[in-house]
Amino acid sequence: MKIIGLIIALSTGVLLISATGDFPRWADPASPASTHLSPHFIEKTMEETSVPNIVTAVLADYRGYDTMYETAVIFTAGLACFILLRVFVREEPGDRLYRHLLTGVTVRVKEGAKLPPSEDFERIDATWTPPDLIIKTICRFLIPFIQLFALYVIAHGHHSPGGGFQGGVILGASIILLAISQDLRTSVRRMREKLDAVLCAVGVIIYAGTGALCLLLGLNFLDYSALASVLHCDPVTARSHGILIVEIGVGIAVMCTMIWIYNNVSSIGKYDEGL
Amino acid sequence: MGDLIQIVVAKYNYWIYITLMMIGLYAMIVKNNLVKKIVGMNIFQTAIILFYVSTGAKRGATIPILEHGHGEHGVGTHVVHAVDYINPLPHVLMLTAIVVAVATLGVALALAIRVYNRYDTLEEDEILAKIREK
Amino acid sequence: MSQQYPALLVIVPLLSALVISAAGWINRRLCFPIAVAALGVAAYSSIGLLLRVLDEGAIVYRLGGWDPPMGIAYYVDHLNGLVLAVVSVVAFLNLIASKKSIELELGDKTAPFYALYVLQVTGLLGIVATGDAFNLYVLLEITALSGYAMLAMGKDRAQLSTLNYLYMGTIGACFYLLGVGYLYIVTGSLNMVDIANILPSLYESKAVLGAFIICLVGVWVKMAFFPLHAWLPNAYTHGPSAASSLIAPLVTKVMIYVMIRLILTVFTPEFAFNILAISKPIVWLACIAIFMGAILALAERNLKKMLTYIIVAEVGYMVGGAWLGNRAGMTGAILHIVNDALMTLCAFLVVSNIAYKLKGYAFDDLKGLVRKMPFTMGAFVVAALSIIGVPPTCGFFSKWYLISGAIQAGQYAFMVALLFSSLVNVVLFFRVIEICYYEPFSDDGGHGHGPPSEAMAEAPLTMLVPLFIVAAGLVLVGIYTGDIVNKIIEFAIPPGIV
Repeated sequence: MKIIGLIIALSTGVLLISATGDFPRWADPASPASTHLSPHFIEKTMEETSVPNIVTAVLADYRGYDTMYETAVIFTAGLACFILLRVFVREEPGDRLYRHLLTGVTVRVKEGAKLPPSEDFERIDATWTPPDLIIKTICRFLIPFIQLFALYVIAHGHHSPGGGFQGGVILGASIILLAISQDLRTSVRRMREKLDAVLCAVGVIIYAGTGALCLLLGLNFLDYSALASVLHCDPVTARSHGILIVEIGVGIAVMCTMIWIYNNVSSIGKYDEGL
Repeated sequence: MGDLIQIVVAKYNYWIYITLMMIGLYAMIVKNNLVKKIVGMNIFQTAIILFYVSTGAKRGATIPILEHGHGEHGVGTHVVHAVDYINPLPHVLMLTAIVVAVATLGVALALAIRVYNRYDTLEEDEILAKIREK
Repeated sequence: MSQQYPALLVIVPLLSALVISAAGWINRRLCFPIAVAALGVAAYSSIGLLLRVLDEGAIVYRLGGWDPPMGIAYYVDHLNGLVLAVVSVVAFLNLIASKKSIELELGDKTAPFYALYVLQVTGLLGIVATGDAFNLYVLLEITALSGYAMLAMGKDRAQLSTLNYLYMGTIGACFYLLGVGYLYIVTGSLNMVDIANILPSLYESKAVLGAFIICLVGVWVKMAFFPLHAWLPNAYTHGPSAASSLIAPLVTKVMIYVMIRLILTVFTPEFAFNILAISKPIVWLACIAIFMGAILALAERNLKKMLTYIIVAEVGYMVGGAWLGNRAGMTGAILHIVNDALMTLCAFLVVSNIAYKLKGYAFDDLKGLVRKMPFTMGAFVVAALSIIGVPPTCGFFSKWYLISGAIQAGQYAFMVALLFSSLVNVVLFFRVIEICYYEPFSDDGGHGHGPPSEAMAEAPLTMLVPLFIVAAGLVLVGIYTGDIVNKIIEFAIPPGIV
């Protein structure tokens, strides 16, 4: 097996490297890639879409159709992890651990037994470690600022590196930070599973729906200049606003998918104990 | 000899990334452990992303965000030259490819968890032995 | 609205998949009607689009309002239009036929399954309709991911088989992406027609040769062309019946369409056939694929796995036919895309009916099945005749074109492989038919005293009616082959090929 793998890897590598014989030099300004399409993007972006960040303009407007499918891919991945792993448990199975808050005594409740509801006991994970007050407090303090920064990244995607994907991942990371620093049940209480799943679909619907709205208003799919009649501005500004709307949709979808995948994979579908 | 050095300097970025790709491909084919195969897959995809991004470079150019774009309300007050900015298209394509790689990684890990739950091992030869003896 | 058919074709299923996944959390019974409506709209749009193409010629739909190559464009011509119509109709019929089977095998996860089903169909339709090379990669990944998730919902070995499918599928898609990257570096464009315009001056370049080979290998991995086929039998056999009967007829055929599109439109036939001298080795490889598919199918005692090995052989037919290099061979390959999709759908719907009523589909479980499920077995006989290649079913006509193409090109080994495969198919299917028709039903305990009382326990009507439509379609498509070839396929192949 190792010999076959080595032969395959070596022959593919030799094929690919010998095919680079005709490539232009690295960073050559006169290469076909830099002279065919990109001058149009670089020079005409400002007057056609009034968005200074050329990458965002190309991503969400010129090649916005690709980006819509990219968002659908990330949604599909979240849905796939859900359908593969999620186990809807009806009753509490297995051994659980509870900890008495006042004395620190740990109680193991066997399978099938129930603890009488009481304020003094909290449920802990099987991989519980003593709570570090510093970590819990600092993370709780930081999370709102992280989310604020993420909103800045989404909103400022027009003028600086950023956009929907980057901001969405940061938003998702803020909720996952809550799950890591405290425990999964806390984060699920904050962001419920049903809300998460529905919001994920809503994010992609915002993107595809904007495109469909353009279609219903008479122009082609994802042609944002059709929004000029709805937003009461000229077509160029309408493109800029259309880009912002779809970036918001992308941000919502990516945030919810990140949280969804983390919840499903770390608790192996049971949603009771995380990492 | 000078010729060879010329060629290497002109194209070494492509060669390095192709070598990385082949390391990832080798790992995917040869390794026995399912998670190591997934890591190899990730190396392969990441090397392709680096390959594309390196093709967008342009000597003497800056990042593709128009300077003086913020705050200027007149269109065409600043003439934009394509040579001043690097090629934005590979970056756009690779934003998509990164997302696709992450999505594939997520699904692969979920599948690996299910396989582990079923067979209690992640080594492929042990799994095949367990299947054969059923 | 007819101007917008190319967009409606993919957008309506995409939006419906999202709505289904959100609606599944509210009320599970809403999912099936939404899915049926979405695929119905897609089927209607694709047929309408095909009729428009027959009237007007190739249609270019500019997405986002940007002209290609700045933006992404859909490019629908006769080849696309035909494959689009086939894909959407097959997916629609399969959805109606699989409703009961999905509810049986998937329990409380039917809502996400329907969403993944419709997403998969969106991906397939998008791959066929698009005219942009990178857009094809993204849609390839949507198709692949939703396919992995659906196939992994089976029992037993499903997850391991799907993980192997994932590794191979990712290698294939990454090879394709690399090929597109190489083309981009030397041409600067991503639009298929634009690349085809720029390439002729670059035919001597090593990069273009490398790009072609690596794209081709990537697509071969995804269509399970021998020797890269090892993932297909396990992945398709262990998946749930509804997933297998969607993915098996469609995904490999759409990959064959991608290969034909690469040969005909992007790298024009002059490059693929004349400048590169690899047609002969590829046809030899196709012959080996057909032989191996037939022989491995003979060794199987499980009906579903036997059918998946037949798919491997069918892929060999189409790849060999496309690379014969003449008009008859290419016509045979394109016609076989249509025919094989229908034949495989019919066969897998039969298996899905059997799995719904019985516990398994190993040969031992099928004894005397004709008394319990006569209509299903009747449709199975029609599918078997078509796969063998008996007139007037459609399978005969595509084989005819392939054989005449082989004779015309002087590739007699390919002709021998086709005839050998037909003979092996006869053995395979008559073996199954003999077990179903003539063996006593296994439930009567083997006593053999008196006639056993078998009530007819046929599959429900929602599973039978689509099966009949497909079986009738096999004969109808066969009868109307002349029309299909003369009105559609004739224009799909560029005039350069003789």
